[in-house]
Amino acid sequence: MYALIAGGGKAGANVTRSLLRMGHEVTLIEQRQGRFAQLEEEFEHRAQLGDATELFVLERAGIRRPPDIVLALTGDDEDNLIICQIAKERYGVPKVIARVNDPRNQVHFDLLGISPTVCATSTVLALVEHEVPEHELVHLLELRKENLEIVEVQIDKNSPCAGKKVDRLTLPDGARLISVMRNGRAEIADGTTELQPGDQVLAILQPGKEDELRRVLLKR
Amino acid sequence: MNALVIGCGRVGSSVAKHLDREGWEVSVIDEKEEALNRLGTGWKGGFIVGHGMDIDVLREAGIEEADAVVVATNGDNTNLVIAQVAQKRFDNQCVVVRVLDPARADFYRETFGLRTICPTQTAIETLMDAVRACEIPAPARAPATAT
Repeated sequence: MYALIAGGGKAGANVTRSLLRMGHEVTLIEQRQGRFAQLEEEFEHRAQLGDATELFVLERAGIRRPPDIVLALTGDDEDNLIICQIAKERYGVPKVIARVNDPRNQVHFDLLGISPTVCATSTVLALVEHEVPEHELVHLLELRKENLEIVEVQIDKNSPCAGKKVDRLTLPDGARLISVMRNGRAEIADGTTELQPGDQVLAILQPGKEDELRRVLLKR
Repeated sequence: MNALVIGCGRVGSSVAKHLDREGWEVSVIDEKEEALNRLGTGWKGGFIVGHGMDIDVLREAGIEEADAVVVATNGDNTNLVIAQVAQKRFDNQCVVVRVLDPARADFYRETFGLRTICPTQTAIETLMDAVRACEIPAPARAPATAT
Protein backbone atom coordinates (compact mmCIF):
# COMPACT_ATOMS: atom_id res chain seq x y z
CA MET A 1 0.00 0.00 0.00
CA TYR A 2 1.11 3.56 -0.70
CA ALA A 3 0.10 6.11 1.92
CA LEU A 4 0.62 9.86 1.75
CA ILE A 5 0.65 11.55 5.16
CA ALA A 6 0.31 15.29 5.68
CA GLY A 7 1.56 16.60 9.02
CA GLY A 8 4.62 15.23 10.77
CA GLY A 9 3.71 15.90 14.38
CA LYS A 10 3.50 13.09 16.92
CA ALA A 11 0.56 11.41 15.19
CA GLY A 12 1.99 11.71 11.68
CA ALA A 13 5.47 10.56 12.66
CA ASN A 14 4.25 7.57 14.65
CA VAL A 15 1.83 6.46 11.96
CA THR A 16 4.61 6.78 9.37
CA ARG A 17 6.96 4.67 11.49
CA SER A 18 4.32 1.98 12.05
CA LEU A 19 3.27 1.78 8.40
CA LEU A 20 6.89 1.53 7.26
CA ARG A 21 7.50 -1.26 9.76
CA MET A 22 4.48 -3.08 8.32
CA GLY A 23 6.17 -2.90 4.92
CA HIS A 24 4.08 -0.13 3.36
CA GLU A 25 5.33 2.73 1.23
CA VAL A 26 4.90 6.14 2.85
CA THR A 27 5.57 9.78 1.99
CA LEU A 28 5.30 12.25 4.87
CA ILE A 29 4.87 15.99 4.25
CA GLU A 30 5.81 18.52 6.95
CA GLN A 31 5.89 22.29 6.55
CA ARG A 32 7.81 23.38 9.66
CA GLN A 33 11.51 23.59 8.77
CA GLY A 34 12.80 22.55 12.19
CA ARG A 35 10.45 19.62 12.57
CA PHE A 36 11.18 18.52 9.01
CA ALA A 37 14.90 18.31 9.75
CA GLN A 38 14.18 15.85 12.58
CA LEU A 39 11.85 13.78 10.43
CA GLU A 40 14.30 13.68 7.54
CA GLU A 41 16.95 12.26 9.83
CA GLU A 42 14.71 9.32 10.64
CA PHE A 43 12.70 8.84 7.44
CA GLU A 44 15.23 10.19 4.87
CA HIS A 45 13.72 10.71 1.40
CA ARG A 46 10.28 9.63 2.64
CA ALA A 47 9.95 12.98 4.44
CA GLN A 48 9.29 16.04 2.27
CA LEU A 49 9.24 19.72 3.18
CA GLY A 50 6.24 21.81 2.16
CA ASP A 51 2.66 22.95 2.67
CA ALA A 52 0.48 19.95 1.86
CA THR A 53 -2.41 22.19 0.81
CA GLU A 54 -0.34 23.39 -2.18
CA LEU A 55 -0.98 21.33 -5.29
CA PHE A 56 2.66 21.27 -6.44
CA VAL A 57 3.77 19.98 -3.03
CA LEU A 58 1.23 17.16 -3.20
CA GLU A 59 2.27 16.37 -6.77
CA ARG A 60 5.94 16.28 -5.84
CA ALA A 61 5.00 13.80 -3.11
CA GLY A 62 3.35 11.55 -5.70
CA ILE A 63 -0.35 12.28 -5.32
CA ARG A 64 -0.87 11.76 -9.06
CA ARG A 65 -0.19 8.01 -8.80
CA PRO A 66 -2.57 8.25 -6.73
CA PRO A 67 -1.86 6.88 -3.24
CA ASP A 68 -4.19 4.21 -1.82
CA ILE A 69 -4.86 6.49 1.11
CA VAL A 70 -4.18 10.05 2.25
CA LEU A 71 -3.99 10.84 5.96
CA ALA A 72 -4.47 14.51 6.85
CA LEU A 73 -2.98 14.77 10.33
CA THR A 74 -1.86 18.38 10.63
CA GLY A 75 -2.69 20.50 13.66
CA ASP A 76 -4.95 22.69 11.57
CA ASP A 77 -8.51 21.57 10.80
CA GLU A 78 -8.93 23.85 7.78
CA ASP A 79 -5.78 22.41 6.24
CA ASN A 80 -6.91 18.83 6.92
CA LEU A 81 -10.26 19.51 5.28
CA ILE A 82 -8.74 21.10 2.19
CA ILE A 83 -6.09 18.36 1.85
CA CYS A 84 -8.81 15.70 1.86
CA GLN A 85 -11.01 17.57 -0.62
CA ILE A 86 -8.12 18.09 -3.03
CA ALA A 87 -7.00 14.45 -2.66
CA LYS A 88 -10.46 13.06 -3.35
CA GLU A 89 -11.85 15.46 -5.92
CA ARG A 90 -8.77 16.44 -7.89
CA TYR A 91 -6.56 13.36 -7.73
CA GLY A 92 -9.11 10.59 -7.23
CA VAL A 93 -7.55 9.25 -4.03
CA PRO A 94 -9.93 6.44 -2.98
CA LYS A 95 -9.60 6.80 0.80
CA VAL A 96 -8.85 9.65 3.18
CA ILE A 97 -8.67 9.89 6.95
CA ALA A 98 -8.73 13.31 8.61
CA ARG A 99 -7.71 14.39 12.06
CA VAL A 100 -10.06 16.80 13.81
CA ASN A 101 -8.23 18.99 16.33
CA ASP A 102 -11.18 21.02 17.62
CA PRO A 103 -14.30 18.87 18.06
CA ARG A 104 -16.45 21.89 17.18
CA ASN A 105 -15.15 21.59 13.63
CA GLN A 106 -16.54 18.06 13.23
CA VAL A 107 -19.71 19.53 11.68
CA HIS A 108 -17.66 21.03 8.84
CA PHE A 109 -16.04 17.67 8.03
CA ASP A 110 -19.51 16.08 8.00
CA LEU A 111 -20.93 18.87 5.83
CA LEU A 112 -18.17 18.47 3.25
CA GLY A 113 -18.34 14.68 3.27
CA ILE A 114 -14.88 14.07 4.71
CA SER A 115 -14.87 10.81 6.65
CA PRO A 116 -13.69 8.96 8.54
CA THR A 117 -12.37 11.48 11.02
CA VAL A 118 -10.40 10.99 14.21
CA CYS A 119 -10.68 13.39 17.13
CA ALA A 120 -8.56 12.76 20.20
CA THR A 121 -10.60 15.15 22.36
CA SER A 122 -13.89 13.44 21.51
CA THR A 123 -12.36 10.02 22.15
CA VAL A 124 -11.07 11.06 25.56
CA LEU A 125 -14.44 12.60 26.43
CA ALA A 126 -16.24 9.41 25.41
CA LEU A 127 -13.91 7.42 27.63
CA VAL A 128 -14.50 9.79 30.54
CA GLU A 129 -18.22 9.33 30.05
CA HIS A 130 -17.76 5.57 30.01
CA GLU A 131 -15.76 5.60 33.22
CA VAL A 132 -17.90 8.22 34.98
CA PRO A 133 -21.34 7.93 33.40
CA GLU A 134 -23.47 10.98 33.98
CA HIS A 135 -26.89 9.79 32.93
CA GLU A 136 -26.58 6.01 33.27
CA LEU A 137 -26.54 5.89 29.51
CA VAL A 138 -23.11 5.62 27.95
CA HIS A 139 -22.32 6.30 24.29
CA LEU A 140 -20.09 3.49 23.10
CA LEU A 141 -20.00 3.99 19.38
CA GLU A 142 -21.25 6.49 16.88
CA LEU A 143 -22.02 5.18 13.37
CA ARG A 144 -22.01 8.54 11.70
CA LYS A 145 -22.75 7.40 8.16
CA GLU A 146 -25.61 5.16 9.27
CA ASN A 147 -26.99 7.79 11.66
CA LEU A 148 -27.04 5.24 14.49
CA GLU A 149 -25.32 4.93 17.81
CA ILE A 150 -24.71 2.16 20.29
CA VAL A 151 -25.24 2.90 23.97
CA GLU A 152 -24.90 0.97 27.20
CA VAL A 153 -27.51 1.12 29.97
CA GLN A 154 -27.21 -0.28 33.47
CA ILE A 155 -30.50 -1.72 34.79
CA ASP A 156 -31.09 -1.41 38.56
CA LYS A 157 -33.83 -2.57 40.91
CA ASN A 158 -35.83 0.64 40.45
CA SER A 159 -35.83 0.35 36.67
CA PRO A 160 -39.38 0.00 35.31
CA CYS A 161 -38.14 -2.66 32.90
CA ALA A 162 -36.62 -4.93 35.58
CA GLY A 163 -38.41 -8.29 35.55
CA LYS A 164 -39.95 -7.63 32.13
CA LYS A 165 -39.36 -9.47 28.90
CA VAL A 166 -37.95 -7.43 26.04
CA ASP A 167 -41.02 -7.87 23.81
CA ARG A 168 -43.20 -6.32 26.55
CA LEU A 169 -41.23 -3.06 26.43
CA THR A 170 -42.42 -0.12 24.34
CA LEU A 171 -39.06 0.89 22.91
CA PRO A 172 -38.84 4.13 20.93
CA ASP A 173 -39.09 3.83 17.15
CA GLY A 174 -35.70 3.14 15.65
CA ALA A 175 -34.29 1.58 18.83
CA ARG A 176 -33.39 -2.08 19.52
CA LEU A 177 -31.76 -3.89 22.37
CA ILE A 178 -28.70 -5.81 21.20
CA SER A 179 -27.41 -7.76 24.14
CA VAL A 180 -27.54 -8.25 27.87
CA MET A 181 -24.44 -8.71 30.00
CA ARG A 182 -25.16 -10.60 33.22
CA ASN A 183 -22.66 -12.12 35.66
CA GLY A 184 -19.85 -11.49 33.20
CA ARG A 185 -21.59 -13.25 30.31
CA ALA A 186 -23.15 -11.54 27.33
CA GLU A 187 -26.25 -12.85 25.62
CA ILE A 188 -27.98 -11.60 22.48
CA ALA A 189 -31.25 -9.95 23.53
CA ASP A 190 -34.39 -11.32 21.90
CA GLY A 191 -38.07 -10.91 22.73
CA THR A 192 -37.98 -13.56 25.46
CA THR A 193 -34.98 -12.13 27.30
CA GLU A 194 -36.05 -11.02 30.78
CA LEU A 195 -34.25 -7.96 32.09
CA GLN A 196 -32.95 -8.08 35.65
CA PRO A 197 -31.37 -5.57 38.04
CA GLY A 198 -27.63 -5.44 37.45
CA ASP A 199 -27.91 -6.18 33.72
CA GLN A 200 -25.78 -4.15 31.35
CA VAL A 201 -27.81 -3.71 28.21
CA LEU A 202 -26.46 -2.63 24.83
CA ALA A 203 -28.89 -0.82 22.58
CA ILE A 204 -28.70 0.59 19.07
CA LEU A 205 -30.72 3.70 18.27
CA GLN A 206 -30.90 6.89 16.26
CA PRO A 207 -29.15 9.85 17.87
CA GLY A 208 -31.71 12.00 19.67
CA LYS A 209 -33.77 9.07 20.97
CA GLU A 210 -31.65 8.68 24.13
CA ASP A 211 -34.19 10.35 26.41
CA GLU A 212 -37.03 8.14 25.19
CA LEU A 213 -34.92 5.03 25.68
CA ARG A 214 -33.85 6.19 29.13
CA ARG A 215 -37.51 6.66 30.09
CA VAL A 216 -38.44 3.14 29.04
CA LEU A 217 -35.48 1.46 30.67
CA LEU A 218 -34.75 3.70 33.67
CA LYS A 219 -37.65 6.15 34.14
CA ARG A 220 -35.58 9.20 35.03
CA MET B 1 -29.82 44.10 1.37
CA ASN B 2 -27.64 42.45 4.00
CA ALA B 3 -23.96 41.71 3.56
CA LEU B 4 -21.65 39.71 5.82
CA VAL B 5 -17.90 40.30 5.61
CA ILE B 6 -15.64 37.75 7.31
CA GLY B 7 -12.12 38.97 8.01
CA CYS B 8 -11.55 42.65 8.70
CA GLY B 9 -8.04 43.25 7.43
CA ARG B 10 -7.11 45.73 4.73
CA VAL B 11 -9.28 44.02 2.14
CA GLY B 12 -12.26 43.00 4.27
CA SER B 13 -12.58 46.38 6.01
CA SER B 14 -12.47 48.28 2.70
CA VAL B 15 -15.06 46.01 1.13
CA ALA B 16 -17.26 46.49 4.22
CA LYS B 17 -16.98 50.28 4.00
CA HIS B 18 -17.69 50.29 0.25
CA LEU B 19 -20.78 48.12 0.68
CA ASP B 20 -21.95 50.32 3.55
CA ARG B 21 -21.55 53.41 1.38
CA GLU B 22 -23.55 51.72 -1.36
CA GLY B 23 -26.46 51.26 1.01
CA TRP B 24 -26.00 47.68 2.25
CA GLU B 25 -26.62 46.65 5.84
CA VAL B 26 -23.14 45.31 6.65
CA SER B 27 -22.02 42.99 9.42
CA VAL B 28 -18.34 42.17 9.97
CA ILE B 29 -16.60 39.29 11.75
CA ASP B 30 -12.97 39.33 12.89
CA GLU B 31 -11.02 37.40 15.50
CA LYS B 32 -9.52 40.57 16.92
CA GLU B 33 -11.37 43.39 18.62
CA GLU B 34 -8.80 45.92 17.29
CA ALA B 35 -9.89 45.17 13.73
CA LEU B 36 -12.91 47.39 14.41
CA ASN B 37 -10.55 50.40 14.18
CA ARG B 38 -10.08 49.70 10.47
CA LEU B 39 -13.76 50.46 9.89
CA GLY B 40 -13.37 54.05 11.10
CA THR B 41 -14.88 55.87 14.05
CA GLY B 42 -18.39 56.28 12.68
CA TRP B 43 -19.01 52.59 11.89
CA LYS B 44 -22.71 51.91 12.34
CA GLY B 45 -22.79 48.39 10.93
CA GLY B 46 -22.43 45.18 12.91
CA PHE B 47 -19.14 43.92 14.29
CA ILE B 48 -18.71 40.51 15.94
CA VAL B 49 -15.49 39.27 17.51
CA GLY B 50 -15.03 35.58 16.80
CA HIS B 51 -13.78 32.95 14.37
CA GLY B 52 -15.50 32.56 11.03
CA MET B 53 -15.46 28.75 11.36
CA ASP B 54 -17.67 29.01 14.46
CA ILE B 55 -21.29 28.35 13.48
CA ASP B 56 -22.60 30.34 16.46
CA VAL B 57 -20.52 33.37 15.48
CA LEU B 58 -21.76 33.15 11.88
CA ARG B 59 -25.36 32.99 13.09
CA GLU B 60 -24.87 35.88 15.49
CA ALA B 61 -23.46 37.94 12.64
CA GLY B 62 -26.57 37.22 10.61
CA ILE B 63 -25.38 34.71 8.00
CA GLU B 64 -28.90 33.34 7.71
CA GLU B 65 -30.23 36.69 6.51
CA ALA B 66 -27.21 37.67 4.42
CA ASP B 67 -27.79 38.29 0.71
CA ALA B 68 -24.04 38.41 0.07
CA VAL B 69 -21.11 36.90 1.97
CA VAL B 70 -17.53 38.08 1.45
CA VAL B 71 -14.83 35.81 2.91
CA ALA B 72 -11.47 37.55 3.25
CA THR B 73 -9.52 36.32 6.27
CA ASN B 74 -5.77 35.96 5.89
CA GLY B 75 -5.90 32.16 5.47
CA ASP B 76 -6.73 30.56 2.12
CA ASN B 77 -7.88 27.28 3.63
CA THR B 78 -9.93 28.99 6.32
CA ASN B 79 -11.61 31.05 3.60
CA LEU B 80 -12.33 28.00 1.45
CA VAL B 81 -13.95 26.16 4.36
CA ILE B 82 -16.02 29.16 5.51
CA ALA B 83 -17.19 29.81 1.93
CA GLN B 84 -18.38 26.21 1.58
CA VAL B 85 -20.14 26.40 4.95
CA ALA B 86 -21.95 29.56 3.79
CA GLN B 87 -22.84 27.94 0.49
CA LYS B 88 -23.79 24.44 1.62
CA ARG B 89 -25.01 24.83 5.19
CA PHE B 90 -26.65 28.24 5.01
CA ASP B 91 -27.55 28.12 1.32
CA ASN B 92 -26.14 31.59 0.58
CA GLN B 93 -26.31 32.15 -3.18
CA CYS B 94 -23.77 34.95 -3.37
CA VAL B 95 -20.52 33.95 -1.67
CA VAL B 96 -17.27 35.52 -2.84
CA VAL B 97 -14.02 34.28 -1.38
CA ARG B 98 -10.47 35.53 -1.51
CA VAL B 99 -7.84 32.87 -2.24
CA LEU B 100 -4.23 33.99 -2.65
CA ASP B 101 -2.96 30.74 -4.20
CA PRO B 102 -3.92 30.74 -7.92
CA ALA B 103 -3.89 26.91 -8.08
CA ARG B 104 -6.40 26.48 -5.27
CA ALA B 105 -8.49 29.41 -6.53
CA ASP B 106 -8.83 27.74 -9.96
CA PHE B 107 -9.52 24.30 -8.52
CA TYR B 108 -12.28 25.44 -6.16
CA ARG B 109 -13.87 27.61 -8.84
CA GLU B 110 -13.94 24.79 -11.38
CA THR B 111 -14.74 21.83 -9.14
CA PHE B 112 -16.84 23.32 -6.35
CA GLY B 113 -18.37 26.29 -8.13
CA LEU B 114 -17.07 28.81 -5.59
CA ARG B 115 -16.66 32.43 -6.66
CA THR B 116 -12.96 32.59 -5.86
CA ILE B 117 -11.11 35.86 -6.31
CA CYS B 118 -7.34 35.55 -6.59
CA PRO B 119 -5.47 38.83 -5.96
CA THR B 120 -2.19 37.10 -6.84
CA GLN B 121 -3.44 36.28 -10.33
CA THR B 122 -4.75 39.83 -10.72
CA ALA B 123 -1.37 41.20 -9.63
CA ILE B 124 0.45 38.99 -12.13
CA GLU B 125 -1.77 40.14 -14.99
CA THR B 126 -1.60 43.81 -13.98
CA LEU B 127 2.19 43.69 -13.71
CA MET B 128 2.49 42.02 -17.11
CA ASP B 129 0.20 44.63 -18.65
CA ALA B 130 2.30 47.40 -17.07
CA VAL B 131 5.49 45.92 -18.51
CA ARG B 132 3.93 45.60 -21.96
CA ALA B 133 2.63 49.19 -21.71
CA CYS B 134 6.23 50.43 -21.65
CA GLU B 135 6.38 49.41 -25.31
CA ILE B 136 9.97 48.30 -25.18
CA PRO B 137 10.68 46.14 -28.20
CA ALA B 138 10.74 42.52 -27.07
CA PRO B 139 14.34 41.35 -26.67
CA ALA B 140 15.32 38.96 -29.42
CA ARG B 141 15.41 35.51 -27.95
CA ALA B 142 18.10 33.13 -29.09
CA PRO B 143 16.47 30.43 -31.16
CA ALA B 144 15.96 27.27 -29.18
CA THR B 145 17.99 25.32 -31.74
CA ALA B 146 21.07 27.60 -31.51
CA THR B 147 24.23 25.88 -30.44
